[in-house]
Amino acid sequence: MSLILDKISYYYGKGTAFETAAVKNITLSIPDGEFIGLIGHTGSGKSTLIQHMNGLIKPESGNIYFNGADIYDKDFKLRDLRRKVGLVFQYPEHQLFETTVIKDVLFGPNNMGFTKLEAEVAAYDALKAVGIGEDLIDASPLELSGGQKRRVAIAGVLACNPEILILDEPTAGLDPAGRTEILNLLKKIHEEKKITIILVSHSMEDVARYAERIIVIDNGEIYFDDEPRKVFEHEDELKKMGLEIPQCTQLVRKLKKCGFDVDEDCLTVEETLASIKECFGIN
Amino acid sequence: MVNFDKVTFEYIRRDEDGNVEGINKALDEIDLDVKKGDFIAILGANGSGKSTLARHINALLKPTEGTVYIEELDTKDEKNHLSIREKTGMVFQNPDNQIIASIVEEDVGFGPENIGVPTKEIWERVAEALEKTGMTAYREKSPNNLSGGQKQRVAIAGILAMKPDCIVLDEPTAMLDPEGRKEVIKTVTELNKTEGITIILITHYMTEVVGADKVYVMEKGSIKLQGTPRQIFSKVETLAEYKLDVPQVTWIAHQLRKAGLKLPECVLTVDELVEALKELVQYD
Repeated sequence: MSLILDKISYYYGKGTAFETAAVKNITLSIPDGEFIGLIGHTGSGKSTLIQHMNGLIKPESGNIYFNGADIYDKDFKLRDLRRKVGLVFQYPEHQLFETTVIKDVLFGPNNMGFTKLEAEVAAYDALKAVGIGEDLIDASPLELSGGQKRRVAIAGVLACNPEILILDEPTAGLDPAGRTEILNLLKKIHEEKKITIILVSHSMEDVARYAERIIVIDNGEIYFDDEPRKVFEHEDELKKMGLEIPQCTQLVRKLKKCGFDVDEDCLTVEETLASIKECFGIN
Repeated sequence: MVNFDKVTFEYIRRDEDGNVEGINKALDEIDLDVKKGDFIAILGANGSGKSTLARHINALLKPTEGTVYIEELDTKDEKNHLSIREKTGMVFQNPDNQIIASIVEEDVGFGPENIGVPTKEIWERVAEALEKTGMTAYREKSPNNLSGGQKQRVAIAGILAMKPDCIVLDEPTAMLDPEGRKEVIKTVTELNKTEGITIILITHYMTEVVGADKVYVMEKGSIKLQGTPRQIFSKVETLAEYKLDVPQVTWIAHQLRKAGLKLPECVLTVDELVEALKELVQYD
Protein backbone atom coordinates (compact mmCIF):
# COMPACT_ATOMS: atom_id res chain seq x y z
CA MET A 1 0.00 0.00 0.00
CA SER A 2 1.67 3.19 -1.08
CA LEU A 3 1.54 6.31 -3.17
CA ILE A 4 4.24 6.75 -5.79
CA LEU A 5 4.84 9.82 -7.91
CA ASP A 6 7.03 8.94 -10.86
CA LYS A 7 8.81 11.82 -12.63
CA ILE A 8 5.85 14.16 -12.58
CA SER A 9 5.98 17.68 -14.00
CA TYR A 10 3.35 20.38 -14.08
CA TYR A 11 3.35 23.82 -15.69
CA TYR A 12 1.11 26.82 -15.07
CA GLY A 13 0.15 28.82 -18.17
CA LYS A 14 1.34 26.05 -20.49
CA GLY A 15 1.93 27.36 -24.00
CA THR A 16 1.71 31.04 -23.02
CA ALA A 17 4.45 33.61 -22.41
CA PHE A 18 3.88 33.14 -18.68
CA GLU A 19 4.64 29.41 -18.65
CA THR A 20 6.25 28.47 -15.34
CA ALA A 21 7.12 25.05 -14.04
CA ALA A 22 5.42 24.51 -10.66
CA VAL A 23 6.59 20.93 -10.25
CA LYS A 24 9.66 19.64 -12.07
CA ASN A 25 10.34 15.96 -12.59
CA ILE A 26 9.47 14.94 -9.05
CA THR A 27 9.82 11.33 -7.98
CA LEU A 28 8.52 10.48 -4.55
CA SER A 29 7.47 7.37 -2.71
CA ILE A 30 5.12 7.48 0.26
CA PRO A 31 4.89 4.13 2.01
CA ASP A 32 2.30 3.29 4.64
CA GLY A 33 2.30 4.83 8.08
CA GLU A 34 4.87 7.63 7.82
CA PHE A 35 4.59 11.09 9.36
CA ILE A 36 6.07 13.38 6.74
CA GLY A 37 6.81 17.10 6.95
CA LEU A 38 6.71 18.93 3.61
CA ILE A 39 8.45 22.30 3.73
CA GLY A 40 9.32 25.04 1.29
CA HIS A 41 8.70 28.78 1.04
CA THR A 42 5.54 30.29 -0.46
CA GLY A 43 5.44 29.57 -4.17
CA SER A 44 7.89 26.66 -3.98
CA GLY A 45 5.32 24.23 -5.38
CA LYS A 46 4.13 22.52 -2.18
CA SER A 47 0.42 23.10 -2.77
CA THR A 48 0.64 22.10 -6.44
CA LEU A 49 2.47 18.93 -5.44
CA ILE A 50 -0.08 17.82 -2.84
CA GLN A 51 -2.96 18.42 -5.24
CA HIS A 52 -1.38 15.79 -7.51
CA MET A 53 -1.57 13.28 -4.71
CA ASN A 54 -5.34 12.89 -4.84
CA GLY A 55 -5.80 13.59 -8.50
CA LEU A 56 -6.99 17.20 -8.28
CA ILE A 57 -4.25 18.19 -10.71
CA LYS A 58 -3.14 15.95 -13.54
CA PRO A 59 0.58 16.07 -14.28
CA GLU A 60 1.73 17.13 -17.76
CA SER A 61 4.11 14.22 -17.73
CA GLY A 62 4.92 11.35 -15.41
CA ASN A 63 2.73 8.82 -13.60
CA ILE A 64 1.08 8.48 -10.24
CA TYR A 65 0.50 5.05 -8.72
CA PHE A 66 -1.75 4.36 -5.77
CA ASN A 67 -1.40 0.87 -4.26
CA GLY A 68 0.14 -0.28 -7.51
CA ALA A 69 -2.50 1.09 -9.89
CA ASP A 70 -1.97 4.02 -12.26
CA ILE A 71 -4.53 6.61 -11.16
CA TYR A 72 -5.05 7.83 -14.72
CA ASP A 73 -5.76 4.35 -16.02
CA LYS A 74 -9.25 4.30 -17.52
CA ASP A 75 -10.47 1.62 -15.10
CA PHE A 76 -9.22 3.48 -12.05
CA LYS A 77 -11.90 5.22 -9.98
CA LEU A 78 -10.61 8.64 -8.92
CA ARG A 79 -13.37 8.84 -6.32
CA ASP A 80 -11.76 5.94 -4.41
CA LEU A 81 -8.45 7.76 -4.46
CA ARG A 82 -10.06 10.92 -3.11
CA ARG A 83 -11.63 8.99 -0.27
CA LYS A 84 -8.39 7.25 0.60
CA VAL A 85 -6.19 10.32 0.22
CA GLY A 86 -7.83 13.06 2.28
CA LEU A 87 -6.76 16.63 1.65
CA VAL A 88 -7.29 19.34 4.27
CA PHE A 89 -6.80 22.74 2.67
CA GLN A 90 -5.54 25.91 4.34
CA TYR A 91 -8.11 27.49 6.63
CA PRO A 92 -10.44 24.48 6.18
CA GLU A 93 -13.01 26.04 8.53
CA HIS A 94 -13.96 28.40 5.70
CA GLN A 95 -15.44 25.37 3.99
CA LEU A 96 -17.87 24.44 6.78
CA PHE A 97 -21.30 25.05 5.32
CA GLU A 98 -23.90 22.87 7.05
CA THR A 99 -26.22 24.02 9.84
CA THR A 100 -24.89 21.60 12.42
CA VAL A 101 -21.53 20.04 13.19
CA ILE A 102 -22.69 16.46 12.63
CA LYS A 103 -24.32 17.26 9.27
CA ASP A 104 -21.11 18.87 8.10
CA VAL A 105 -19.00 15.87 9.05
CA LEU A 106 -21.54 13.47 7.47
CA PHE A 107 -21.33 15.22 4.10
CA GLY A 108 -18.11 13.44 3.08
CA PRO A 109 -19.05 9.84 3.94
CA ASN A 110 -22.58 10.29 2.54
CA ASN A 111 -21.13 11.34 -0.78
CA MET A 112 -18.53 8.60 -0.83
CA GLY A 113 -21.17 5.88 -0.98
CA PHE A 114 -21.18 4.86 2.69
CA THR A 115 -24.45 3.37 3.96
CA LYS A 116 -26.37 5.56 6.40
CA LEU A 117 -25.13 3.53 9.34
CA GLU A 118 -21.53 3.41 8.13
CA ALA A 119 -21.56 7.16 7.56
CA GLU A 120 -22.86 7.87 11.05
CA VAL A 121 -20.38 5.56 12.73
CA ALA A 122 -17.54 7.14 10.75
CA ALA A 123 -18.70 10.68 11.56
CA TYR A 124 -19.06 10.08 15.30
CA ASP A 125 -15.75 8.29 15.32
CA ALA A 126 -14.02 11.17 13.52
CA LEU A 127 -15.49 13.79 15.86
CA LYS A 128 -14.33 11.75 18.83
CA ALA A 129 -10.83 11.46 17.33
CA VAL A 130 -10.52 15.25 17.01
CA GLY A 131 -11.82 15.81 20.51
CA ILE A 132 -15.21 17.36 19.72
CA GLY A 133 -17.56 16.28 22.50
CA GLU A 134 -21.16 15.07 22.08
CA ASP A 135 -22.42 18.37 23.52
CA LEU A 136 -21.27 20.11 20.34
CA ILE A 137 -22.48 17.75 17.61
CA ASP A 138 -25.78 19.55 17.12
CA ALA A 139 -24.31 23.03 17.52
CA SER A 140 -24.00 25.36 14.55
CA PRO A 141 -20.41 25.52 13.29
CA LEU A 142 -20.71 29.31 13.59
CA GLU A 143 -20.93 29.05 17.37
CA LEU A 144 -17.59 27.29 17.71
CA SER A 145 -14.21 28.86 18.42
CA GLY A 146 -11.59 29.03 15.66
CA GLY A 147 -9.71 25.98 16.94
CA GLN A 148 -12.90 23.94 17.28
CA LYS A 149 -14.06 24.86 13.77
CA ARG A 150 -10.75 23.71 12.38
CA ARG A 151 -11.01 20.39 14.23
CA VAL A 152 -14.53 19.87 12.85
CA ALA A 153 -13.22 20.53 9.34
CA ILE A 154 -10.47 17.97 9.84
CA ALA A 155 -13.08 15.50 11.17
CA GLY A 156 -15.01 15.94 7.91
CA VAL A 157 -12.04 14.57 5.96
CA LEU A 158 -11.20 11.97 8.58
CA ALA A 159 -14.75 10.61 8.46
CA CYS A 160 -14.07 9.23 4.97
CA ASN A 161 -11.53 6.87 6.62
CA PRO A 162 -8.53 7.96 4.55
CA GLU A 163 -5.28 6.00 4.41
CA ILE A 164 -3.30 9.16 3.80
CA LEU A 165 -4.15 12.51 5.36
CA ILE A 166 -2.54 15.59 3.80
CA LEU A 167 -2.85 18.89 5.65
CA ASP A 168 -1.85 22.24 4.16
CA GLU A 169 -0.65 24.42 7.05
CA PRO A 170 -3.23 23.22 9.54
CA THR A 171 -1.96 25.53 12.29
CA ALA A 172 -1.92 28.85 10.36
CA GLY A 173 -3.57 31.63 12.35
CA LEU A 174 -3.96 29.64 15.58
CA ASP A 175 -2.52 30.73 18.94
CA PRO A 176 0.39 28.71 20.39
CA ALA A 177 -1.89 26.51 22.52
CA GLY A 178 -4.16 25.87 19.52
CA ARG A 179 -1.16 24.96 17.37
CA THR A 180 0.08 22.40 19.90
CA GLU A 181 -3.44 21.00 20.24
CA ILE A 182 -3.82 20.37 16.48
CA LEU A 183 -0.33 18.88 16.14
CA ASN A 184 -0.79 16.54 19.11
CA LEU A 185 -4.09 15.53 17.62
CA LEU A 186 -2.41 14.61 14.32
CA LYS A 187 0.20 12.62 16.20
CA LYS A 188 -2.54 10.74 18.05
CA ILE A 189 -4.47 10.01 14.84
CA HIS A 190 -1.24 8.86 13.20
CA GLU A 191 -0.44 6.48 16.04
CA GLU A 192 -3.91 5.13 16.76
CA LYS A 193 -5.34 4.86 13.26
CA LYS A 194 -2.00 4.17 11.53
CA ILE A 195 -2.80 6.82 8.95
CA THR A 196 0.01 8.32 6.89
CA ILE A 197 0.25 12.05 7.64
CA ILE A 198 1.73 14.62 5.27
CA LEU A 199 2.06 17.92 7.08
CA VAL A 200 2.74 21.01 4.99
CA SER A 201 4.24 23.60 7.30
CA HIS A 202 6.27 26.78 7.52
CA SER A 203 7.35 26.03 11.05
CA MET A 204 10.65 24.20 11.28
CA GLU A 205 10.08 23.77 15.02
CA ASP A 206 6.87 21.86 14.33
CA VAL A 207 8.19 19.53 11.62
CA ALA A 208 11.33 18.91 13.68
CA ARG A 209 9.20 17.79 16.61
CA TYR A 210 6.56 15.70 14.83
CA ALA A 211 7.82 14.40 11.49
CA GLU A 212 9.89 11.27 10.93
CA ARG A 213 10.81 12.35 7.43
CA ILE A 214 11.18 15.82 5.94
CA ILE A 215 10.83 16.70 2.28
CA VAL A 216 12.19 20.11 1.28
CA ILE A 217 10.92 21.56 -1.96
CA ASP A 218 12.20 24.69 -3.67
CA ASN A 219 11.41 25.96 -7.13
CA GLY A 220 9.31 22.89 -7.89
CA GLU A 221 12.10 20.44 -7.17
CA ILE A 222 12.90 18.21 -4.21
CA TYR A 223 16.16 19.27 -2.57
CA PHE A 224 16.19 17.09 0.52
CA ASP A 225 14.19 14.02 1.47
CA ASP A 226 15.51 12.49 4.65
CA GLU A 227 15.08 12.19 8.40
CA PRO A 228 14.93 15.60 10.18
CA ARG A 229 18.43 15.40 11.68
CA LYS A 230 20.00 14.84 8.27
CA VAL A 231 17.95 17.60 6.61
CA PHE A 232 18.85 20.20 9.23
CA GLU A 233 22.55 19.52 8.64
CA HIS A 234 22.14 21.66 5.53
CA GLU A 235 21.67 24.94 7.42
CA ASP A 236 23.22 27.21 4.77
CA GLU A 237 21.33 25.70 1.83
CA LEU A 238 18.06 25.92 3.77
CA LYS A 239 18.73 29.58 4.53
CA LYS A 240 19.22 30.28 0.83
CA MET A 241 15.76 28.79 0.23
CA GLY A 242 14.28 31.17 2.78
CA LEU A 243 13.98 28.44 5.41
CA GLU A 244 15.49 28.09 8.85
CA ILE A 245 16.53 25.38 11.23
CA PRO A 246 14.76 25.31 14.63
CA GLN A 247 15.95 27.95 17.10
CA CYS A 248 17.11 25.32 19.62
CA THR A 249 19.18 23.58 16.94
CA GLN A 250 20.76 26.96 16.13
CA LEU A 251 21.56 27.32 19.82
CA VAL A 252 23.32 23.96 20.27
CA ARG A 253 25.31 24.48 17.05
CA LYS A 254 26.58 27.86 18.29
CA LEU A 255 27.40 26.42 21.70
CA LYS A 256 29.33 23.58 20.06
CA LYS A 257 31.35 26.11 18.06
CA CYS A 258 32.22 27.91 21.31
CA GLY A 259 33.62 24.68 22.70
CA PHE A 260 30.68 23.42 24.78
CA ASP A 261 30.26 19.66 24.81
CA VAL A 262 26.64 19.54 23.63
CA ASP A 263 24.83 17.37 21.09
CA GLU A 264 24.58 19.50 17.96
CA ASP A 265 21.72 17.45 16.52
CA CYS A 266 19.09 18.47 19.08
CA LEU A 267 15.73 19.07 17.39
CA THR A 268 13.39 19.88 20.28
CA VAL A 269 13.61 22.14 23.32
CA GLU A 270 13.53 19.13 25.64
CA GLU A 271 16.51 17.47 23.92
CA THR A 272 18.39 20.78 23.95
CA LEU A 273 17.69 21.39 27.62
CA ALA A 274 18.83 17.88 28.55
CA SER A 275 22.01 18.23 26.50
CA ILE A 276 22.98 21.58 28.08
CA LYS A 277 22.17 20.28 31.56
CA GLU A 278 24.40 17.28 30.96
CA CYS A 279 27.18 19.55 29.73
CA PHE A 280 26.94 21.58 32.95
CA GLY A 281 26.60 18.48 35.09
CA ILE A 282 23.12 19.20 36.49
CA ASN A 283 19.89 17.22 36.35
CA MET B 1 -1.69 59.04 19.78
CA VAL B 2 -4.09 56.17 20.59
CA ASN B 3 -5.97 56.41 23.85
CA PHE B 4 -8.53 53.93 25.23
CA ASP B 5 -10.47 55.10 28.26
CA LYS B 6 -12.37 52.25 30.00
CA VAL B 7 -13.49 50.79 26.68
CA THR B 8 -16.06 48.02 26.76
CA PHE B 9 -17.46 46.35 23.65
CA GLU B 10 -20.36 43.93 23.68
CA TYR B 11 -21.65 41.63 20.99
CA ILE B 12 -25.34 40.91 21.37
CA ARG B 13 -26.39 37.43 20.27
CA ARG B 14 -29.98 37.10 19.11
CA ASP B 15 -32.08 34.04 18.28
CA GLU B 16 -34.14 33.66 15.09
CA ASP B 17 -36.95 35.85 16.40
CA GLY B 18 -34.61 38.67 17.35
CA ASN B 19 -34.78 38.05 21.09
CA VAL B 20 -31.57 38.66 22.97
CA GLU B 21 -29.94 35.31 23.76
CA GLY B 22 -26.88 36.58 25.48
CA ILE B 23 -24.23 39.23 25.56
CA ASN B 24 -20.54 38.60 24.91
CA LYS B 25 -18.09 41.09 26.28
CA ALA B 26 -15.32 41.18 23.70
CA LEU B 27 -13.56 44.07 25.43
CA ASP B 28 -13.87 44.67 29.14
CA GLU B 29 -12.84 48.13 30.45
CA ILE B 30 -9.67 48.44 28.40
CA ASP B 31 -7.28 51.29 29.21
CA LEU B 32 -4.52 51.81 26.70
CA ASP B 33 -2.20 54.72 26.08
CA VAL B 34 0.04 54.52 23.03
CA LYS B 35 2.44 57.44 22.54
CA LYS B 36 3.41 58.76 19.13
CA GLY B 37 6.37 56.81 17.73
CA ASP B 38 5.87 53.76 19.98
CA PHE B 39 6.16 50.20 18.70
CA ILE B 40 3.74 48.12 20.69
CA ALA B 41 2.76 44.49 20.34
CA ILE B 42 -0.45 42.78 21.43
CA LEU B 43 -0.47 39.08 22.26
CA GLY B 44 -3.35 36.86 23.23
CA ALA B 45 -5.07 33.56 22.44
CA ASN B 46 -7.65 33.26 19.64
CA GLY B 47 -10.81 34.95 20.82
CA SER B 48 -9.09 37.07 23.48
CA GLY B 49 -10.27 40.32 21.88
CA LYS B 50 -7.14 41.45 20.03
CA SER B 51 -8.80 42.02 16.66
CA THR B 52 -11.82 43.69 18.27
CA LEU B 53 -9.42 46.10 19.94
CA ALA B 54 -7.62 46.75 16.65
CA ARG B 55 -10.90 47.51 14.88
CA HIS B 56 -11.63 50.22 17.44
CA ILE B 57 -8.48 52.10 16.52
CA ASN B 58 -9.69 53.14 13.09
CA ALA B 59 -13.35 53.34 14.04
CA LEU B 60 -14.47 50.17 12.26
CA LEU B 61 -16.09 49.38 15.62
CA LYS B 62 -17.30 51.85 18.22
CA PRO B 63 -17.17 51.18 21.94
CA THR B 64 -20.36 50.16 23.79
CA GLU B 65 -19.03 52.04 26.81
CA GLY B 66 -15.97 54.24 27.28
CA THR B 67 -14.15 56.29 24.68
CA VAL B 68 -11.40 55.79 22.11
CA TYR B 69 -9.41 58.88 21.19
CA ILE B 70 -7.13 59.06 18.17
CA GLU B 71 -5.15 62.25 18.81
CA GLU B 72 -8.06 63.94 20.63
CA LEU B 73 -10.58 62.72 18.03
CA ASP B 74 -13.42 60.67 19.53
CA THR B 75 -14.17 57.60 17.33
CA LYS B 76 -17.86 57.75 18.30
CA ASP B 77 -18.30 60.97 16.33
CA GLU B 78 -18.92 60.09 12.66
CA LYS B 79 -17.56 63.47 11.54
CA ASN B 80 -14.13 62.36 12.75
CA HIS B 81 -14.05 59.06 10.84
CA LEU B 82 -12.41 60.31 7.67
CA SER B 83 -9.55 62.02 9.48
CA ILE B 84 -9.15 59.08 11.87
CA ARG B 85 -8.82 56.69 8.94
CA GLU B 86 -6.25 58.97 7.31
CA LYS B 87 -4.20 58.90 10.49
CA THR B 88 -4.44 55.18 11.19
CA GLY B 89 -4.14 52.46 8.56
CA MET B 90 -4.77 48.75 8.98
CA VAL B 91 -3.07 45.68 7.52
CA PHE B 92 -4.97 42.41 7.81
CA GLN B 93 -3.99 38.76 7.87
CA ASN B 94 -4.73 37.57 4.36
CA PRO B 95 -2.53 39.24 1.73
CA ASP B 96 -4.93 38.23 -1.05
CA ASN B 97 -7.95 39.98 0.45
CA GLN B 98 -6.42 43.44 0.54
CA ILE B 99 -5.20 43.98 -2.96
CA ILE B 100 -7.73 45.38 -5.38
CA ALA B 101 -5.89 46.75 -8.42
CA SER B 102 -4.22 44.79 -11.22
CA ILE B 103 -0.93 46.69 -11.03
CA VAL B 104 1.09 47.36 -7.88
CA GLU B 105 1.36 51.15 -8.34
CA GLU B 106 -2.40 51.50 -8.88
CA ASP B 107 -3.10 49.56 -5.74
CA VAL B 108 -0.81 51.79 -3.71
CA GLY B 109 -2.38 54.92 -5.21
CA PHE B 110 -5.97 53.82 -4.50
CA GLY B 111 -6.15 55.39 -1.03
CA PRO B 112 -4.84 58.87 -1.84
CA GLU B 113 -6.96 58.96 -5.01
CA ASN B 114 -10.07 58.32 -2.92
CA ILE B 115 -9.43 61.24 -0.61
CA GLY B 116 -8.92 63.63 -3.52
CA VAL B 117 -5.14 64.05 -3.53
CA PRO B 118 -4.03 65.83 -6.77
CA THR B 119 -2.74 63.41 -9.43
CA LYS B 120 0.84 64.68 -9.39
CA GLU B 121 1.05 64.27 -5.65
CA ILE B 122 -0.49 60.78 -5.82
CA TRP B 123 2.41 59.63 -8.01
CA GLU B 124 4.92 61.24 -5.66
CA ARG B 125 3.34 59.49 -2.68
CA VAL B 126 3.24 56.14 -4.54
CA ALA B 127 6.91 56.40 -5.48
CA GLU B 128 7.88 57.29 -1.94
CA ALA B 129 5.77 54.54 -0.35
CA LEU B 130 7.18 51.87 -2.69
CA GLU B 131 10.70 53.11 -1.99
CA LYS B 132 10.22 52.85 1.78
CA THR B 133 8.84 49.32 1.60
CA GLY B 134 11.51 48.20 -0.86
CA MET B 135 8.95 47.41 -3.56
CA THR B 136 9.99 49.94 -6.23
CA ALA B 137 11.22 47.18 -8.54
CA TYR B 138 7.70 45.68 -8.63
CA ARG B 139 5.94 48.97 -9.39
CA GLU B 140 4.49 47.92 -12.73
CA LYS B 141 4.05 44.23 -11.91
CA SER B 142 0.80 42.40 -11.29
CA PRO B 143 0.22 41.72 -7.57
CA ASN B 144 -0.80 38.15 -8.51
CA ASN B 145 2.78 37.17 -9.14
CA LEU B 146 4.14 38.45 -5.82
CA SER B 147 4.99 36.33 -2.80
CA GLY B 148 2.92 36.65 0.39
CA GLY B 149 5.54 38.84 2.06
CA GLN B 150 5.70 41.12 -0.98
CA LYS B 151 1.90 41.41 -1.08
CA GLN B 152 1.87 42.45 2.57
CA ARG B 153 4.54 45.06 1.79
CA VAL B 154 2.33 46.38 -1.02
CA ALA B 155 -0.53 46.59 1.51
CA ILE B 156 1.76 48.54 3.86
CA ALA B 157 2.83 50.82 0.99
CA GLY B 158 -0.85 51.52 0.24
CA ILE B 159 -1.25 52.73 3.81
CA LEU B 160 1.99 54.74 3.72
CA ALA B 161 0.67 56.61 0.69
CA MET B 162 -2.07 57.93 2.99
CA LYS B 163 0.68 59.48 5.16
CA PRO B 164 -0.56 57.89 8.37
CA ASP B 165 0.68 58.51 11.91
CA CYS B 166 -0.10 54.99 13.00
CA ILE B 167 -0.25 51.54 11.37
CA VAL B 168 -2.20 48.70 12.98
CA LEU B 169 -1.20 45.22 11.79
CA ASP B 170 -3.57 42.37 12.68
CA GLU B 171 -1.59 39.14 12.37
CA PRO B 172 0.12 40.30 9.18
CA THR B 173 2.47 37.31 9.09
CA ALA B 174 0.10 34.44 9.95
CA MET B 175 -0.01 33.19 6.36
CA LEU B 176 3.61 33.82 5.43
CA ASP B 177 6.73 31.66 5.33
CA PRO B 178 9.74 32.49 7.56
CA GLU B 179 11.33 34.72 4.88
CA GLY B 180 8.06 36.63 4.29
CA ARG B 181 7.60 37.09 8.03
CA LYS B 182 11.08 38.58 8.35
CA GLU B 183 10.47 40.94 5.39
CA VAL B 184 7.28 42.32 6.94
CA ILE B 185 8.70 42.74 10.45
CA LYS B 186 11.84 44.40 9.08
CA THR B 187 9.73 46.80 7.03
CA VAL B 188 7.53 47.91 9.94
CA THR B 189 10.50 48.18 12.31
CA GLU B 190 12.24 50.48 9.82
CA LEU B 191 9.14 52.63 9.34
CA ASN B 192 8.94 52.98 13.11
CA LYS B 193 12.62 53.90 13.50
CA THR B 194 13.13 56.19 10.51
CA GLU B 195 9.67 57.70 9.96
CA GLY B 196 8.52 57.69 13.57
CA ILE B 197 5.28 55.95 12.61
CA THR B 198 3.46 54.40 15.56
CA ILE B 199 3.19 50.63 15.11
CA ILE B 200 0.61 48.41 16.77
CA LEU B 201 1.41 44.78 15.93
CA ILE B 202 -0.90 41.89 16.75
CA THR B 203 0.73 38.49 16.39
CA HIS B 204 0.96 34.88 17.57
CA TYR B 205 4.66 34.65 16.83
CA MET B 206 6.60 35.39 20.00
CA THR B 207 9.89 35.98 18.21
CA GLU B 208 8.34 38.95 16.35
CA VAL B 209 7.65 41.01 19.46
CA VAL B 210 11.17 40.81 20.88
CA GLY B 211 11.99 44.23 19.37
CA ALA B 212 8.81 46.04 20.54
CA ASP B 213 8.91 48.90 23.07
CA LYS B 214 6.01 47.49 24.99
CA VAL B 215 3.99 44.27 24.94
CA TYR B 216 0.38 43.83 26.08
CA VAL B 217 -1.11 40.42 26.79
CA MET B 218 -4.87 40.05 26.46
CA GLU B 219 -7.21 37.41 27.78
CA LYS B 220 -11.02 37.36 27.73
CA GLY B 221 -11.25 40.97 26.62
CA SER B 222 -8.96 42.56 29.15
CA ILE B 223 -5.29 43.38 29.38
CA LYS B 224 -3.67 40.98 31.82
CA LEU B 225 0.01 41.83 31.47
CA GLN B 226 1.96 44.78 30.12
CA GLY B 227 5.65 45.59 30.04
CA THR B 228 8.81 45.36 27.97
CA PRO B 229 9.32 42.09 26.06
CA ARG B 230 11.89 41.07 28.68
CA GLN B 231 9.46 41.66 31.54
CA ILE B 232 6.69 39.78 29.76
CA PHE B 233 8.76 36.79 28.62
CA SER B 234 10.18 36.28 32.10
CA LYS B 235 6.69 35.11 33.10
CA VAL B 236 6.91 31.76 31.27
CA GLU B 237 4.29 29.94 33.38
CA THR B 238 1.78 32.82 33.40
CA LEU B 239 1.95 33.10 29.62
CA ALA B 240 1.22 29.39 29.25
CA GLU B 241 -1.99 29.93 31.26
CA TYR B 242 -2.99 32.52 28.67
CA LYS B 243 -2.35 29.91 25.90
CA LEU B 244 0.84 31.64 24.79
CA ASP B 245 4.41 30.47 24.68
CA VAL B 246 7.85 32.11 24.67
CA PRO B 247 10.69 31.86 22.13
CA GLN B 248 12.46 28.47 22.37
CA VAL B 249 15.69 29.95 23.79
CA THR B 250 13.74 31.87 26.42
CA TRP B 251 12.10 28.62 27.56
CA ILE B 252 15.44 26.76 27.66
CA ALA B 253 17.12 29.57 29.64
CA HIS B 254 14.17 29.68 32.05
CA GLN B 255 14.43 25.94 32.72
CA LEU B 256 18.22 26.14 33.15
CA ARG B 257 17.76 28.94 35.65
CA LYS B 258 15.24 26.87 37.55
CA ALA B 259 17.78 24.04 37.60
CA GLY B 260 20.25 26.32 39.32
CA LEU B 261 22.37 27.95 36.61
CA LYS B 262 23.01 31.65 37.31
CA LEU B 263 21.53 33.08 34.11
CA PRO B 264 19.92 36.50 33.55
CA GLU B 265 16.19 36.56 34.35
CA CYS B 266 15.02 36.67 30.77
CA VAL B 267 16.96 35.71 27.65
CA LEU B 268 15.45 36.65 24.28
CA THR B 269 17.89 35.58 21.57
CA VAL B 270 20.22 32.68 20.75
CA ASP B 271 23.29 34.91 20.97
CA GLU B 272 22.31 36.24 24.40
CA LEU B 273 22.08 32.72 25.79
CA VAL B 274 25.37 31.66 24.19
CA GLU B 275 27.09 34.70 25.77
CA ALA B 276 25.49 34.11 29.17
CA LEU B 277 26.57 30.46 29.20
CA LYS B 278 30.11 31.44 28.12
CA GLU B 279 30.32 33.87 31.02
CA LEU B 280 29.25 31.15 33.46
CA VAL B 281 32.09 28.92 32.32
CA GLN B 282 34.63 31.73 32.70
CA TYR B 283 33.55 32.30 36.31
CA ASP B 284 34.07 28.64 37.10
